[in-house]
Amino acid sequence: MKVKMLSRNPDDYVRETKLDLQRVPRNYDPALHPFEVPREYVRALNATKLERVFAKPFLASLDGHRDGVNCLAKHPKSLSTVLSGACDGEVKIWNLTTRKCTRTIQAHEGFVRGICTRFCGTSFFTVGDDKTVKQWKMDGPGYGEEEEPLHTILGKTVYTGIDHHWKDAAFATCGQQVDIWDEQRTSPVCSMTWGFDSISSVKFNPIETFLLGSCASDRNIVLYDMRQATPLKKVILDMRTNTICWNPMEAFIFTAANEDYNLYTFDMRALDTPVMVHLDHVSAVLDVDYSPTGKEFVSASFDKSVRIFPVDKSQSREVYHTKRMQHVICVKWTSDSKYIMCGSDEMNIRLWKANASEKLVAEPSPGPYREHLHHKTLERV
Amino acid sequence: MVVLVGEMEMVPKPRSHAPAKKDRLRAKRKKPRRYWEQESGASPGPPPKKRSSRPARPRSSQVLRRSRISRKAQVPKPERRKPEQTLSGAQDPFPGPAPAPLEVSRKFRRIDKSKPLPSPKSKTRSRLEAAEAEEEEASVRAARSELLLAEQPGFLEGEDGEDTAKILQADIVEAVDIASAAKHFDLNLRQFGPYRLNYSRTGRHLALGGRRGHVAALDWVTKQLMCEINVMEAVRDIQFLHSEALLAVAQNRWLYIYDNQGIELHCVRRCDRVTRLEFLPFHFLLATASETGFLTYLDVSVGKIVAALNARAGRLSVMAQNPYNAVIHLGHSNGTVSLWSPAVKEPLAKILCHRGGIRAVAVDSTGTYMATSGLDHQLKIFDLRGTYQPLSARTLPQGAGHLAFSQRGLLVAGMGDVVSIWKGPGKASPPSLEQPYLTHRLSGHVHGLQFCPFEDVLGVGHSGGITSMLVPGAAEPNFDGLENNPYRSRKQRQEWEVKALLEKIPAELICLDPRALAEVDVISLEQRKKERIERLGYDPDAKATFQPKLKQKGRSSTASLVKRRRKVLDKEHRDKVRQSLEEQEQQQQQQEKTKPPGTRPSALDRFVH
Repeated sequence: MKVKMLSRNPDDYVRETKLDLQRVPRNYDPALHPFEVPREYVRALNATKLERVFAKPFLASLDGHRDGVNCLAKHPKSLSTVLSGACDGEVKIWNLTTRKCTRTIQAHEGFVRGICTRFCGTSFFTVGDDKTVKQWKMDGPGYGEEEEPLHTILGKTVYTGIDHHWKDAAFATCGQQVDIWDEQRTSPVCSMTWGFDSISSVKFNPIETFLLGSCASDRNIVLYDMRQATPLKKVILDMRTNTICWNPMEAFIFTAANEDYNLYTFDMRALDTPVMVHLDHVSAVLDVDYSPTGKEFVSASFDKSVRIFPVDKSQSREVYHTKRMQHVICVKWTSDSKYIMCGSDEMNIRLWKANASEKLVAEPSPGPYREHLHHKTLERV
Repeated sequence: MVVLVGEMEMVPKPRSHAPAKKDRLRAKRKKPRRYWEQESGASPGPPPKKRSSRPARPRSSQVLRRSRISRKAQVPKPERRKPEQTLSGAQDPFPGPAPAPLEVSRKFRRIDKSKPLPSPKSKTRSRLEAAEAEEEEASVRAARSELLLAEQPGFLEGEDGEDTAKILQADIVEAVDIASAAKHFDLNLRQFGPYRLNYSRTGRHLALGGRRGHVAALDWVTKQLMCEINVMEAVRDIQFLHSEALLAVAQNRWLYIYDNQGIELHCVRRCDRVTRLEFLPFHFLLATASETGFLTYLDVSVGKIVAALNARAGRLSVMAQNPYNAVIHLGHSNGTVSLWSPAVKEPLAKILCHRGGIRAVAVDSTGTYMATSGLDHQLKIFDLRGTYQPLSARTLPQGAGHLAFSQRGLLVAGMGDVVSIWKGPGKASPPSLEQPYLTHRLSGHVHGLQFCPFEDVLGVGHSGGITSMLVPGAAEPNFDGLENNPYRSRKQRQEWEVKALLEKIPAELICLDPRALAEVDVISLEQRKKERIERLGYDPDAKATFQPKLKQKGRSSTASLVKRRRKVLDKEHRDKVRQSLEEQEQQQQQQEKTKPPGTRPSALDRFVH
């Protein structure tokens, strides 16, 4: 007779001292883990419910403008600085950590139509209803100095938008046509136009930096090549596009915020059909901005809400709204992909979390029992 | 004196290179031949595998070939540099990746490949194919990780011609090590009547209930008594709840819940005259079968009765749980076994098993086989996944009143004061009922049977007390520390309990296939049409009503328009009637065909349809 009984040595299973970790032998045989599917279902349900319980996205409201906020710009080197232009010509620079306005400039008479920062972060440009383009220093005026622009360019027509090149000392403005300017010159290097209507916004591609896209009032989106100084391609939609934004991770993808309550993501190489149509807004979409990860974008709409969409889905994953927030005119996603700032026409800029249930304060490292909680929200339990 | 048995005792610890475990065992088992082979002169066992010095490389390509994903030809890893090319001239004796054990990786596959994939162009198909490829890779990796499992299952083999069924427990106790020998004990408790017993989920604690009211809970490994009380009433069944902290006792009148210190916590008066208890651990439901014919589910985490189902079959005294899908099997006196879920008022299925009443039912831990025994002295094993057909049957000299399965698929039957254990050839196959593996005679008639979860031990409650028998090879050797850990500390138990409560599955999800939630919800065409009509406000596919064209020269007067419209509508109506008449004729023809030819018409034919 040959016999062997299963006998375990307790020394292999029980820890030696109180200071040791507990031993947890694992066996992944599915027979020892029955009901995988229903348990996973219950865990997912609990995680979703907890995520909604902990979803407190609103962080702060930046107060101070005396007229609706028309445009926002991010500082390329500092995460805590944001610039905003209002409808009474004021430009304010805010510090997001103290949530206070650090500097106010009366930049234009009339609306501030566009604001953009230079890639190095030392100066920024504004365009306004008074047909001027002004360049300002990012640092405030020294003691005894007055607030004055570094450079002023007087134009013949109203400029409606401005964007700076991501690498070179050039910027583009749009109004009646798209003008490419060199920073040293007072007249545009080249002017491009395709069609006879006014152009409402212009954006440079962050990856293929010679490409620009613009949106015109005759419902088209035109792409330009700066090297050849010609327009490249055009796509005509059913209704007018308010702004476009290029995907910072995919060179050829851009998203257009349209008046027909939708956003269209296009692939530049094949403009006949959009890659995705994003459907959730109930009024005109006014602004769009991508997250630095390139996987999501945020859109601001006339229907007083801000929505976050994943790039590959047509439904939004999140909507932010408040009773106090009226029509949202501009929106930006901060460069650390954690916060969203939106400016609305009731003179406030609001700061939100990009992931509503995310804890922003760093927590200590998890203990041994918490290691196998794979739903991040359940770690709070 | 402990007799060490040959080289089989010293099974080597985790090895450097790994031919499959089965390979090694098969090679070593070449020597002893099975006794039935000698009698029947059957062919010898599986041909001994030639163990080449290099582990078979094509195993990995075998794995790839089996997938139905049409990938481009997998470029095999480039061969090692020829010996002339290496500096030292040394050659890797085991080139290529470690061999992937194919049979073991099948255990980890979950996708049902019998279902066809959707059309080649759809996005779903590419996603499903990617998921299948991932699952294949994951299953191969999981199979490789089996190397890390430290323990081996036990075994008992007779030497030439020896019948393992004739080996006494005393001999086994002499032959094994001291720790295992200590697991065999007999508690002589004649005073308080025949005993029923229950092991906790981790296998560390034992609860016993004597018919005359003796209730005790102890840690049977260290022999530490947790509590011992007499409830002054007949005890019909006893069950641990989710951990060793709580006990449910089915007493004569009502169901009581006790702490493991013997303190009575609850008296559930809605469960009266309960004969059997089963605890569904992942749903926190206590199922009770009563003499009144009701199957009641009590949620012990919330304290509510989830469902009280009338089984409509008289007194319920045979109940078993299917651990794979948490369905309760009830055995009835008309020879049927019915399957119940708390979500449904009617039984999910009824299986006719025996010619007389059912005496015992047991389901194995993977939910594949059900063993039943009846008043007709038969013991049958049914296949529960797929066809509910009997796989094997055996006539017993004395009917088995109690049945139980072990974790590795051993079946025990208690017949009077004798228990017999049957074993299958492998873990996945049903036990073969030809020859018993072990038998034992007890000092009293059997009243309760359960295999201890992670130990090679069978607990028997009988009229003389409790016996703990040694059954080598019964239990799963490697437990998962996060599910049931017999060596858990108090803190680990507390954490486990909280997580188990958080993951408690709602009772509505109990059904025959526990993976039903993972199916894609294919909305039927009719439902899609209905939703479309609702959304649009009208039915776009409906045929527009006929509008007669307006003609000139007085041919579009009202009367003629009405006449033309009537003509078209009448024609459509006539077509419809003709079509329905044709269909009816066809149906009648089919019915006539199915009626067997040559049957003589009888007077009772008018009552057939």
